[in-house]
This record gives sequence, C-alpha cells and structure tokens, in this order.
Amino acid sequence: MGEFLTDLPRYPFLQHALLVGALAGVACGIIGSYVVTKKISTIAGSISHTVLGGLGAARYCQVVHGWDWFHPLYGAVLAALIAALVIGLVGMKARQREDTVIGALWAVGMAAGILFISRTPGYSEDLMSYLFGSILMVSAGDLWLIAGLDLFVVVVAALFYNQFLAVCFDEEFARLRGVRVEGFYLLLLCMTALTVVLLVTVVGIIMVIAIITLPAAVAGEFTKRLWHMMLLSALLTVAFTTAGLALSYGPDLPAGATIIAVAGTVYLASVVGVRLFRLKR
Amino acid sequence: MSPVDAVRVSHVSFSYDGTPVLEDVHFTIPQRSFISIVGPNAGGKTTLLKLMLGLLRPSRGTIEILGMPPAKARTRIGYMPQHVQLDLQFPVTVLDVALMGRLGRRLPIGPYSRADRAGALEALRKLEMQDLAGRPFMALSGGQRQRVLIARALASEPQMLFLDEPTANVDMVVETELFELLHEMSKTITVVVVSHDLGFVSQYVQSVVCVNRRVMVHPTASVTGEVIRDLYLSDVCMVRHHHRDG
Repeated sequence: MGEFLTDLPRYPFLQHALLVGALAGVACGIIGSYVVTKKISTIAGSISHTVLGGLGAARYCQVVHGWDWFHPLYGAVLAALIAALVIGLVGMKARQREDTVIGALWAVGMAAGILFISRTPGYSEDLMSYLFGSILMVSAGDLWLIAGLDLFVVVVAALFYNQFLAVCFDEEFARLRGVRVEGFYLLLLCMTALTVVLLVTVVGIIMVIAIITLPAAVAGEFTKRLWHMMLLSALLTVAFTTAGLALSYGPDLPAGATIIAVAGTVYLASVVGVRLFRLKR
Repeated sequence: MSPVDAVRVSHVSFSYDGTPVLEDVHFTIPQRSFISIVGPNAGGKTTLLKLMLGLLRPSRGTIEILGMPPAKARTRIGYMPQHVQLDLQFPVTVLDVALMGRLGRRLPIGPYSRADRAGALEALRKLEMQDLAGRPFMALSGGQRQRVLIARALASEPQMLFLDEPTANVDMVVETELFELLHEMSKTITVVVVSHDLGFVSQYVQSVVCVNRRVMVHPTASVTGEVIRDLYLSDVCMVRHHHRDG
C-alpha cells in the first residue's frame, strides 16, 4: 500500500491504470445498473467472452495480413458489438432461442480467439493476459480509445435515461407511449458491449461479469431510484479498482483478481449486513 | 361533435396458433363514452384490448382508433395493463412510474420538463397518491400499485383510457371511488374498462361489450339476467342496481 503511494507519482503506467479504472468505473456504474435491473448479466458474460475472438482475429490480421491499423482493441469492440446485436435480435425474434445463443456465443467466441492466437506466429502472450486483465499494461493510445468509449456510453445513457428506464421497467407500456423499444434495447446491448470492452482491460474477460454486476448489486441494496443506483455503483467501482490496484501492487498480486476479490467481499458484507440490520430492528 | 368514432372494429377475427379467440367481431364505440368490456375468463377480453392497442394484429378485419390504425393512435391512449409482470425489486419511485406516462408527449431526449412533472403529479393527485410520490414503488400495497398504474395511464392526458381489470386488487370503497372518477372523466374522453364484474360496472357505463369469442354490444339498460346467462353459459349472480341516468 505504501509502496503504491510512493510509486504512483513516479510511474506513468500506474497513473494510466488508475485513470482506466476510474473511466471504466463510470461506464460500469451506469451500464451495470441496467444489467442488474434488466437481468441481462449472462448476456454481458457472453459478450465478454466473444471479445477474445475479436482480439485474436485482429492480431491475426495484423501479423499475417499486415493490417497494422487493426489494433486488437478494435477487434474487441467489433466482436462485442456483433455479439450484442446477434443476441438482441435473436431475443426479439425468437425468445426461446435466446438462452442457447448466449451460451453458444460465449464458447464459440472463446474458441475462435484461441484458434486465431494459435495460428498467429510470434509472441501472443499479451492477448492471453486479457483473460485475466491487463490494467497495468494500458498504453497512452489505449487510454484515448477507452476515454472515447466511456464518453459515448455516458452521454447516450444520460440523454435517453427516461427511455431506457421505461424500456427496462415495462416494455409493453413503453411501446404504447411511442418509445422504439427494440431500438433502445439494441442500443442498450451495444452500450453494454462497449462497457464490457472497457472492463476487459481492467479485470479481464473472465471476470467482467463480476465487476459489472457486483457494484450495482451493492448499490441496489441502498438506493431507491435508478440514477441513485448508477451514481453509487460508479463510485463503488472506482473505489474497488483503486483499492484493488493499491492492494495488489506491493505484494505483486494480479490486479484484476484483487479488484474482483475486493468487490466480492464488499458485496457479501453488504448483503449480510443489510439482512442482519433488518433482523435487529 | 366529431364524426369520428373512438373505436371502429370491423369484422375482426383473431387466433393464437390456430385456436380462434375472437370471431367476426364488429362494433363501434362513440367518442366521450364510458364502455365496459365484459366476459368470462379466457373469453378474449384482453386480446380484444391488445388488438385495439395495436399490440396484436387481427387475422382478419380492420380496427380503427380515432380514424387511424391502432399503432398510430396508441400514444393518444392511456393504458393500464392487467396482471402486470413488473419486477418489484426495480428501483423506481411512484413519481418515476407516473412520469413514464409522459413519454411520447415530449421530445425524445433529455430530462422530463416541469410540465411533465406537473402532469404526472396531477394524475397521482386524482388517484390520491400524490403524498406517496417519493415512495419506492415496490414498497406499496397491491391496491396502491394499481392506482399508480392508473395514474401513469392518465399522466399522458390521453383522449382515450383503456383499463384492464382496474379493480382487481382494490376494495369496494376504492372501486366505487374509481368508477365515480372514470364516470366524470368520460364526459371529456372515452373510457373503456375491462371487467369481469358486470353487475357493478353496469351502473356507470353506457354500454357493455360482451366478449366470449363472439361479441355482442348491449346498451346498459337492456342487460338482463338472460343476456348475461347467454354470455357466460351458466347462471350468474346479477347485482341489483339503480341506473343513475335512467
């Protein structure tokens, strides 16, 4: 902890990591609240795992076909958006298939990533590090992409807050009020996809589902309105990523896993604490 | 007086996966009237309402609402659904829910205006729920929730009001108050109420649309025990009542 504080002003990579945690935290608080209240956390999990396919495909194109501009994070964004649209459209056109498609994309995305990586000559260890998070490896260039995605998610969520709220609370009524329910649902899934990509850099593909749901679930215990939940959830996420980074730095623990451990502990404590408090009264 | 009917249903049939639910339904509802749709369970009442809202499409026939296709007219309709499958963990207040009725009356972007809030609060006031505006929706009783959902339907300042079983969770006193309120409102807008309780509603409404796969329309005065028996195909208990407008 002390080491973290003394090194923070000296190393830009630590500052980048903190900044990424904070940026991702804001989007995560907003989108996580929708994911929890709309109960689409498995969709978020599935999108997250397709990201490996995107990362792998982009790196393959870079190395094998010489598409230098195709940064792995662009591949991640593309794969996440495609997964979101496929799941969204299947859910609307054939609801009973939705669950199957979520599971299929989850595994197939992963498989595609592993295959692409195995066929890419040279060093691809860094892609595998996306599985468990690589917040300390974020470059200044990544930072701009992350800030852009973050800004987009926050602005869209703020502008259409009322529509998203109505769609999540009562789809049929929203439709009767002239809200384009399908469009907003797909937009919400796409924003979830972008947020997932942000979070993949922080905690990794496998643990995204936890960081997107746990802070929102904790916030849900203490708030009565959706935007209060978003605000508290965003603050919690930033606190979790910062605490996770600080705690992991000294003993050289993996940052992503430490962040998730902090989030999980706080979630458990809040759930138990709230229940005990109610029992006592 | 506008010559356009509030509802014009012409020879409409509808079936779910081949099972006919409604057959050759044909009726009109004039504007500024108070109508009840009654019939046995699974007789097609809610289906008829959803067809009129454009949520379902008829297999045959046409429906016009205020001279327009239902999907076009729907933002002029205030709707309260039956058995709402709402997540009671959802973090919304009573006012948040009522405000949803204002969507479709406003720019599709940005926060609600002062007028929206005033409209939502006014709708809550009509149902005596304004004091609970800041309460979490999930903390309310079933009857209170129902009233909030009616307020949400009213908040859009609709030209028509469709309520599906609005008194399912409320006691007799509230039911009477509610029908007094709806009766008052039917002087300016068209009110359509789905109910299984014919005896009670018939003292307020002008005509009754009886749905049991087929549809018959009766002026309230002619609703007799025999009509009801035909509709339900079994004896029903008829509540004696006096007509307010003779």
